[in-house]
Amino acid sequence: MSEQKTIMLGNQAIARGAYEAGVKVSSAYPGTPSTEISEFLAKYDEVYAEWAPNEKVALEVAIGASVAGARSLACMKHVGLNVASDPLYTFAYTGVNGGAVIVVADDPGLASSQNEQDTRMIARAAHIPVFEPSDSAEAKEFIKFAYGFSEKYDTPVILRTTTKLSHSQSVVSLEERKEVPDKAYARDVKKYVMMPGSAIGRHLAVEQRENLMQKDASDLPVNRVETGDSNIGFITSGIPYQYVKEACPEASVLKLGIVNPLPRKLIEDFVKQVKTVYIVEELEPVIEEQIRSWGIEVKGKELFTRQGEYSANLIKKVIYGKSDEVFAPEQVPARPPILCSGCPHRSVFSVLNKLKIHAAGDIGCYTLGAVAPLSVIDTTVCMGASISVLHGIEKAKGKEFIKNWVAVIGDSTFLHTGLNSLVNMVYNKATGTVLILDNRTTGMTGHQEHAATGKTLKGDPAYAINLEDLCRAIGVPRVFTVNAFDVEALEKTITESVNGSELTVIIAKAPCALLKGQKFPYKCVAVADKCKKCGMCLKIGCPAITKAEDGTVIIDDTMCNGCGLCMTRCKFDAIEKVER
Amino acid sequence: MKSMNIMVVGVGGQGTLLTSRIIGKTALNAGYDVKLSEVHGMAQRGGSVVTFIRFGEKVAEPVVEAGDADLLISFERLEALRYAHYLKKGGILVVNDCKIAPMPVVIGAEKYPDDVPDRLARNHRVHTIDGLTAAKELGNSKVLNSVVLGAAAKYIGFSEEEWHEVIKQTVPPKTTEINLQAFNKGYGK
Repeated sequence: MSEQKTIMLGNQAIARGAYEAGVKVSSAYPGTPSTEISEFLAKYDEVYAEWAPNEKVALEVAIGASVAGARSLACMKHVGLNVASDPLYTFAYTGVNGGAVIVVADDPGLASSQNEQDTRMIARAAHIPVFEPSDSAEAKEFIKFAYGFSEKYDTPVILRTTTKLSHSQSVVSLEERKEVPDKAYARDVKKYVMMPGSAIGRHLAVEQRENLMQKDASDLPVNRVETGDSNIGFITSGIPYQYVKEACPEASVLKLGIVNPLPRKLIEDFVKQVKTVYIVEELEPVIEEQIRSWGIEVKGKELFTRQGEYSANLIKKVIYGKSDEVFAPEQVPARPPILCSGCPHRSVFSVLNKLKIHAAGDIGCYTLGAVAPLSVIDTTVCMGASISVLHGIEKAKGKEFIKNWVAVIGDSTFLHTGLNSLVNMVYNKATGTVLILDNRTTGMTGHQEHAATGKTLKGDPAYAINLEDLCRAIGVPRVFTVNAFDVEALEKTITESVNGSELTVIIAKAPCALLKGQKFPYKCVAVADKCKKCGMCLKIGCPAITKAEDGTVIIDDTMCNGCGLCMTRCKFDAIEKVER
Repeated sequence: MKSMNIMVVGVGGQGTLLTSRIIGKTALNAGYDVKLSEVHGMAQRGGSVVTFIRFGEKVAEPVVEAGDADLLISFERLEALRYAHYLKKGGILVVNDCKIAPMPVVIGAEKYPDDVPDRLARNHRVHTIDGLTAAKELGNSKVLNSVVLGAAAKYIGFSEEEWHEVIKQTVPPKTTEINLQAFNKGYGK
């Protein structure tokens, strides 16, 4: 075995491939399942890698680096591509100078997302080619190939991954980085200034390029025909290819490495060799509908679902009518994700719950404030939407209606796209209350730095934007910062604000419980003799607190973080703090 | 060359991921093709988590499917029951004797079943281990993962030295010695 053979997460392999391809500039915003690409890339000294405040900014940074002549990268999750779609569609027109790749991670099965959209649909609309690897080794190989392709065809390229690829590990052989000299920069108004006069010409170039790519797609080394049983043929790509191989190892397979544009000739030749052709693709019937439009009969979504992730068992059930399952699943209580013990969001939500306040929510761990027993959040749409949704509610129903409403948004999400919404509130005379749940990090994706934490992706010190000053600077009349664990102050400030008639921002500040060194120096202990079994402390939904057989409460000392929120709920002093 | 399908399940935050990575690395070092599937993001926040490890001459899909697991390692009782049907006939279940109430139980909407061991034993070969007590005896409750790994390692194969080598490379340097002791304790030494 070679020394350079190692096991790597799909996302790590993508980062390694970008590194080996000579990428010089990378910009991204964290989003499951894409986050780790940037974290791994940041470890290479030869690559400049940054966190941008959002995906639109990240892609524009990559465009700038490409136009300047360097190989560039932008990474995001599928819904991040929506944020970046404005530059995306026009980047297809300008084309590149240095090669440019956009890694987009789809999330079939919704491991950590608000929808199951399919990036291939957006790529088709934008006329951007898409490569789709099926394991870590291919992830590394395909992104390297994508840079050459980008430069050859003068186009940005999307490398599409899915949760199962990004978050699974498989064996990869490491290669050396190949430094790629920057392309010369030359001013080119017809190519890079997309005003109507230039864009007319570039639209033609997009069409010609797509025709050429489609013609050449059949000869690309990223596609593979595996000739087997001529009765059953599969056309598939990405992770579903692995499910096909597991389920039907004897079948013939056309494994597509490029999924937009489709290699038409290759597909037409393949279907002639097999009796029945199945299209196995997660999410939308993107491949299937195109093949059908060519007058070819295939089997697809009438047998395979558009929902969630596939599996070998799912394919076996369709093809053979049976799977490997031996035992029936047991009926057990669900274990949904919950806010961690010591989470400052729980403190804020417990106050909102007590005050019977509704919240327009946002994207982050705090989305979990929607479920029992906290049950505070009424809406969650997308990054930054909490603030604008609250504004819309006020404009629809009036000031009085939002006297028991707030918007809740995290610090990272606020800087992502919440700020624009707050500008709108200032401008359009809103009176609502916005809570910025400032836990000093991007929590849900695993603790990434952002523009207000004082550190870059590479770990270097940076200017930390002061959220309070920022809100004041754009004209928010009332801005307060409150310790997120100070429930009395929170209750008072929130009550005054929702009943007032001026736009208010309350920054509820306390670091994420999972940040290093965030444990409180004590822990909470329930005193059984004093416990009246009222259950008030259970209403905060802390995972460390449970009921014993006799109805008194027990606090698990390995799980308790010592935040003391439960103590504020106990009227009988039955919870005490002891030194850790 | 043998092949094996292993699952490590538990509650987000219990350290199932690190355990899985040690198993994967040990198999890789022994010359196997290895695939591992992990859970990141929101599900990690105290939810039910599952990691798959598959090794053999050539592995296709990165997950283990229901009915195909040779070994299920569970850090919590209820989670063992949730995933027990992933085991094949004759598969082995190593379960850490620990109860963590999920939120629907905490708020009284559902009941934590009290017959978990019986239900597990009905269809499967079960090896129960009290990882926490063993870890506390060693003086650090956090090494319970290594105790459980040690108990499971007997069913996976590889030599003690092969396991030790990967543990040394994986755990924080200050905790190497106690993790090795914990592994040995689970392994039955």
